[in-house]
Amino acid sequence: MKPLVAIRNLSLTVGGNRILDRVSLSLAAGEYVSIVGQNGAGKSTLIKCLAGICADWRGDIEIDGVPLRSLSQRRRGRLLSYVPQADARVLPFTVEEFVTMGRYPYLSPFTTVSPEDRAAVERALRMTEVEQFRARWLGTLSGGERQKVFIAAAVAQGARIVLLDEPTTFLDYRHQHEILALLGSLNRESGTTVLAVYHDLNSAVAWSHRIVGLKNGRLAFSGTAADALDPAVLRNLFEVDFSFVEGPEGIGRLALAAAGRAAP
Amino acid sequence: MRADRLRRRRAFRLSTLFALTLVVLILAPMVGERFISPVMLWRPEFAGEADIFWRLRVPRVVLAFLAGAGLALSGLSFQAMFRNPLATPFTLGVASGASLGTALYIRFGVAVSLLGVSGLSLAAFVGALATMLLVYGITRMRGGFSSATLLLAGVAISFFFSSLILFTQFIFEAQHSFRMMRWMMGSLEVVGWRPVFNLLIFVAVGAAVLSALTHELNLMLTGEDLATSRGVDVRRVKRRVFFAASLMVGGVVAFCGPIGFVGMMAPHICRLLIGSDHRWLAPATVLFGGLFLVVCDAISRTVLTSSILPVGIITALLGGPFFLWLLLQDRGFTR
Repeated sequence: MKPLVAIRNLSLTVGGNRILDRVSLSLAAGEYVSIVGQNGAGKSTLIKCLAGICADWRGDIEIDGVPLRSLSQRRRGRLLSYVPQADARVLPFTVEEFVTMGRYPYLSPFTTVSPEDRAAVERALRMTEVEQFRARWLGTLSGGERQKVFIAAAVAQGARIVLLDEPTTFLDYRHQHEILALLGSLNRESGTTVLAVYHDLNSAVAWSHRIVGLKNGRLAFSGTAADALDPAVLRNLFEVDFSFVEGPEGIGRLALAAAGRAAP
Repeated sequence: MRADRLRRRRAFRLSTLFALTLVVLILAPMVGERFISPVMLWRPEFAGEADIFWRLRVPRVVLAFLAGAGLALSGLSFQAMFRNPLATPFTLGVASGASLGTALYIRFGVAVSLLGVSGLSLAAFVGALATMLLVYGITRMRGGFSSATLLLAGVAISFFFSSLILFTQFIFEAQHSFRMMRWMMGSLEVVGWRPVFNLLIFVAVGAAVLSALTHELNLMLTGEDLATSRGVDVRRVKRRVFFAASLMVGGVVAFCGPIGFVGMMAPHICRLLIGSDHRWLAPATVLFGGLFLVVCDAISRTVLTSSILPVGIITALLGGPFFLWLLLQDRGFTR
């Protein structure tokens, strides 16, 4: 079957530093793939290339068989949505305004949102459970609520592929769980393809169909969650030894990073 | 629903601003060294006053409105694009670029016009656009983008160009020097409608381009990465904003000289009144910018009985303290 996303030999050099080095990867429609790896491995850059934020890459990226470069930015917006890393950016909009802005790829100049746009926004607000604070300013929300609103905007965008850059970083346990469950149901119920960068290996393993490991800009691992929980694979990816414990029913195996650097 | 209340509140405030602008536009030509009431316009014994009213005062008020609207809208688009409330035609050096273009034209230019648009204003437009590209290029040279670097580059270029203008003025012949000096003080003095129509072309084209970009400006406020991922062609939006804003600033600087602070104050006050959604904010800024300069001009025409104060002095007197207040607030884009 033809993959929904096909990346071949993707390379990116910034200021003489090779950030991505001939990465090849494909995603099937409806798949949930997590990217893990050390800081600076090129995880965020990979999804930024897909989102159109990094433009000077070399190689081939195809979405549903169509080269990414041949698509207008607006057309890309209908296919791929992106949730950035949590940061301190000031957003002077209400929740509803911000989520409605996710409908940009369907709007033309001088027009306002159509009933279809409005319905898509309502669906996204409901699904992400942020309806109750639709009139609040984004600056007044907690980190977890804000992250849900970002996901709501990405859902409202109606794209088949959602790219997320560390969606659970800086969140407390409850909000981490809520975000992960939300992405899980987005993937299962709407068939949305999810490609997410995670720092927390166990979150990635628990929710994804497949794990992709990057190291120094190169693809170092691609396999199932069970395959990823292998001491040799993780030592190679993170340069630290891991030990494993069996979680309770339904949770599965958990990886714990051991103190100290791995022996070379 | 609270969202509907927000919409209604914005609609009410925008309509109020519109009504207020209309009232001020009607009253402003009556004010001046001597009050001219509408009744006088139809009486033959006040033919002189009627002439002053129609040939000097009304064009002057319209010119002030266009200049204020153009400066305010350019300021708004710069602030949205660079996500910084201090980004204005002046802090980015664009106004200085336009001034340098004008100064060089006065010194070396030949009297040409293109499709009825004067060479002077075209020189100002080219100066504004070239400076915008230069300042933006310098900022990007360091890799990535920092609005602090952008503003510093803008201020540095602004000082450099001001020195070049002074140098040009120093080597001017007396007749050029006098014309230059008068223009640099920033003035809305106008006789007849020709300059008004000329400026109208610049402001109308710039405003039309920017009003088609309100969705994009909203998304630019959320950051270039998010805007791109939503489907905004950021490079194209930037090109259009640079073009439109330079056109308006160039036009205003050529016809009225450098008038400061409107481009910073008007968008900021409107943001506090209306919020940051550019579909509401852009028309509000046009109205408020125009209204503000018309009021400043009316003050400049009435405060001294012996002469007319250059309007730039009034805007700077109001704008300087406002600028400091803004710096101390640290809530430029929170709402």
